[in-house]
Amino acid sequence: MADAVTLEIQRYRPEQDDAPTWQRYRVPRREDWMVLDALNFIKDELDGTLSYRWACRMGVCGSCGMLVNGEPVLTCATYLARLGPGPIRVEPLHGFPVIRDLVGDLTDFLDKLQRVRPWIIRDEEPPLAQGECRQTPEELGEYKPYSMCINCMLCYSACPIYELEPHFLGPAAIALSQRYNLDSRDHGNEERMDILSQADGIWACTFIGECSAVCPKEVDPAGAIQRYKVAATASWFRSVLTPWRRT
Amino acid sequence: MKSGYTPYHPKWYRSRIPIFWWLRKPAYARFIVRELTSVPVAYAALLVLVEAGVVTRGPAAYAAFVTWLQQPMVVGLHVAVLVGAALHTITWLNLAPKALVVRAAGHRLPSAIVLAAHWAGWVAVTGLVGWLISRLP
Amino acid sequence: MRRSREPFLWALFSSGGMLAAMVLPVAIFMLWVAAPLGWIPLPSYAGLRAALAHPVVRLGLFGVVSLSLFHWAHRFRYTLYDGLQLYHLNKLIAVLTYGTAAALTLVAAYVFGSAG
Repeated sequence: MADAVTLEIQRYRPEQDDAPTWQRYRVPRREDWMVLDALNFIKDELDGTLSYRWACRMGVCGSCGMLVNGEPVLTCATYLARLGPGPIRVEPLHGFPVIRDLVGDLTDFLDKLQRVRPWIIRDEEPPLAQGECRQTPEELGEYKPYSMCINCMLCYSACPIYELEPHFLGPAAIALSQRYNLDSRDHGNEERMDILSQADGIWACTFIGECSAVCPKEVDPAGAIQRYKVAATASWFRSVLTPWRRT
Repeated sequence: MKSGYTPYHPKWYRSRIPIFWWLRKPAYARFIVRELTSVPVAYAALLVLVEAGVVTRGPAAYAAFVTWLQQPMVVGLHVAVLVGAALHTITWLNLAPKALVVRAAGHRLPSAIVLAAHWAGWVAVTGLVGWLISRLP
Repeated sequence: MRRSREPFLWALFSSGGMLAAMVLPVAIFMLWVAAPLGWIPLPSYAGLRAALAHPVVRLGLFGVVSLSLFHWAHRFRYTLYDGLQLYHLNKLIAVLTYGTAAALTLVAAYVFGSAG
């Protein structure tokens, strides 16, 4: 191949390996290729045993998150030719147990996501005759950035706290919880605060900020968490100083 | 080794985060430097306390304290403390808009305005404190 | 589920951080860099003694000292906890950091309380 680049990919085959190893592949260095195209080339032409996740190939499904040269990225959104002459390192995301090659287990995140009640919670439903729940563009704007999360887990990989403290809820779960807390149709603030305002909830976060730096959808989970710290603190003081009122 | 909610599986590979994880990326190292600015802040607070205590002890004690302040090594140390406190101020105020979302008349105030207000506040407080110190006979 | 008491500690941390950010740089510069170097006149003993007698000054200084120390305690605790992965020493670190801040707060209360 006239113009080619080497990919150095982390392999882990549990049936034969005790620890991950590196394997090199030479792929064409096409200007219009993403790293995902290179991985698909490897799987189609060079080594069918390589395991990795992908689906939409256009940055909306969140399946193809991996570490490329140490940075958590969506491989479908990372141009191969812009990564330098190589070799380009491809590894699974930090913080998740590796099932095989580039595939991590995401059960922990899914459990934590469920814990934060990421759905509209209503005190009571008005009768249907009353019509739909109306929302101004301003009210929509309040929570819209947090609704853009595609659960790609890049933020968890970038967050050292998630790796250091296994019980930390993590950036995406908290941001998604905020998406509902800030939704004008939702009444679940107090319920979620009991879950979020814990040592393994928002208080484990030390505002490193890398989660927001790597987010491909500009969700800004770090901002969501810091805002929530202020809200949770205000709520705590209210509950101490005026315990008879609903916080 | 991570534990917790991940179901146990004997052959899933779990890597350990290294002790020096903060050297892995420049952003992490900058974070640690930012967090360590709490040390010069504590030192400055302590020195305020010490100076107040020295002043209440009497003029001789204060004179000895001043002599100590004027030693080159001490001045050098305090320049470093100043740099640390300045770094604390800059990083703190620049991150404030992330935590403080201000709503006025149903609209959200742009973070640039929140930031500008913080820095304007800093200029005002610095001016006031500086003026008060300079007014000491 | 009972909510954590962390919000109180975070309130101390953030108010201490804001106060320190606002007040400390100019104070450090003037009192401990510019004055010893002779760039500005050194405050006299009499001037400082008179200023310290003022109750508002004493209260303000006490607030700055105590809250700055609690700011350090909270932040340093997390830096040790996460930076050096000292999880098994969690309780010890908490006692050493907040304890130091609390002890020095008592000292400050005595110093500023009796300076009038």
